[in-house]
Amino acid sequence: METVIFFLFAALAIGSGIVVVTHRSPIYATLSLVLTLFSMAVLFVLLGAPFVGVLQILVYAGAIVVLFLFVIMLLNVQKEEDAHVDRGVQLWIAILGALTFLGMFWLAFWRTGLRIGGPAPAPLTEDLVSLKGLATALFTDYLLPFEIVGLLLLVAVIGATVAARRPDSETVRPDDDYVGDHVIAEDPGAGPVLPREARS
Amino acid sequence: MSAGTADFVASLVKYGLMFGIFINVAPIMNWVERRACAYIQDRPGPNRLGPAGLFQPLADALKFMFKEDITPALADKPLYLLAPVLALLPAFTTFVVIPFGPDLLVNGRTVPLVVANVATGVLLFLAISSLGVYSLVMAGYASNNKFSLLGAVRASAQLISYELALTLAVLAVLIPVGSFRLGDIVAYQQAHHLWNFIPQFIGFMVFLIASFAETNRLPFDLPEAESELVAGFHTEYGAMRFALFFQAEYTNMAALSALGVTLFFGGWTLPFVHLSGWLGAAVGLATLLAKIGICMAVFVWIRWTFPRFRYDQLMRLGWKVLLPLAILNLIVVAAMTLAGWL
Repeated sequence: METVIFFLFAALAIGSGIVVVTHRSPIYATLSLVLTLFSMAVLFVLLGAPFVGVLQILVYAGAIVVLFLFVIMLLNVQKEEDAHVDRGVQLWIAILGALTFLGMFWLAFWRTGLRIGGPAPAPLTEDLVSLKGLATALFTDYLLPFEIVGLLLLVAVIGATVAARRPDSETVRPDDDYVGDHVIAEDPGAGPVLPREARS
Repeated sequence: MSAGTADFVASLVKYGLMFGIFINVAPIMNWVERRACAYIQDRPGPNRLGPAGLFQPLADALKFMFKEDITPALADKPLYLLAPVLALLPAFTTFVVIPFGPDLLVNGRTVPLVVANVATGVLLFLAISSLGVYSLVMAGYASNNKFSLLGAVRASAQLISYELALTLAVLAVLIPVGSFRLGDIVAYQQAHHLWNFIPQFIGFMVFLIASFAETNRLPFDLPEAESELVAGFHTEYGAMRFALFFQAEYTNMAALSALGVTLFFGGWTLPFVHLSGWLGAAVGLATLLAKIGICMAVFVWIRWTFPRFRYDQLMRLGWKVLLPLAILNLIVVAAMTLAGWL
């Protein structure tokens, strides 16, 4: 039963992952990403880490990807068009990035002593995967990395706020009711004043 | 029967029971909503079919089934067809973590009266219900209609914003209990002879307001605001597909009400009543359903009492009032628990 579920969701995760990078429509790619994350969550539960699985859905599938969709819909991105720029440099950087990632992956596996055909690793113990175990590890042994990641997120938030600020935000206060009183005063009953092209 | 098979059969029976109850929420609430709004507006409402118009939902269901099923020509077909089905999926999954009675002894085996007695209970509820936004977004995008798309954009921003406050309010309840299992939260309230809404009043108010936004109910039904967006994300849906969205909305309301009464109003327990066995199970289920019913009545009452918020007001309330309040509440509750007052 567990094996069947594992192969089903492993295949689903890989399949939807491929769709994410190959599909032409950004909406479909994003929705496939949700499927990938959901399948990963199921795999976490099968590994005996239900807490990580639930967090995966709650944080990634339930919040972050929704924001992706929000931005895509807000910008009204249609199907991706073929770019006319030379992708040479981009390609090499992508290959370099992928190699770096693979190397880190390999290093991580090497350090745990996990080998193909070697002895199976010991199953995770309850005190490691439970909420209490996870919290204790995060706030004692890994406190510094945890705090640094938090700081990194704070930097990203401040950066986004600065980038999103309009240059004339000194005069326009977004908190005010934006019903432009000058528009109404000029031409009562005619609605907002449109540019000349839009009126015809 | 082995222990695994017995547990599986028991879970199946319990899910069947809860599914049978929750699938009837939408038709019943359809009648309640229409009669109640008529009463509030001083008019009779649907009263022709059956006693007090009780068979009206039946007629509505028949109408939905026999109406023409239209798909817009320029719709994104796969997503358009998938969206209403996906709306139902989280709605009919979340209630599996809600306990509805004391442990039952069947054939010498203890059966907890909750479909999925998992350690991550509350989090599982929040995680699955947070997936509900995808059906709205998919419906809005796939319809290829600007009103639908605007509704979908509003839905995604609104649900994300209020989910934060809702989750923080729920977390504050969990701190003194020290467990994510909803059964433990009910047991905690029973042991302390105090329902959580008294010591956690701020958290309860945040939860209440955020749950209106999470279920797209007035005064926060911006994703389908009919005065500006026709019908928002489900403008292009008709017949049975619209009925599925309708069903999902009411089932979500019932599931969130169930979570609310379990967290803040003692769940299936009654004060000073300790019954066990089949009688206890029946009384527990009836109590839970009665409490959910009261919550649903409040949902209806609020809907026909308050006007709709404007979108910027909604965002301001969510981010500048509810979220700071929820964080403050979390800190205060944590400090009080540390001091041993809770």
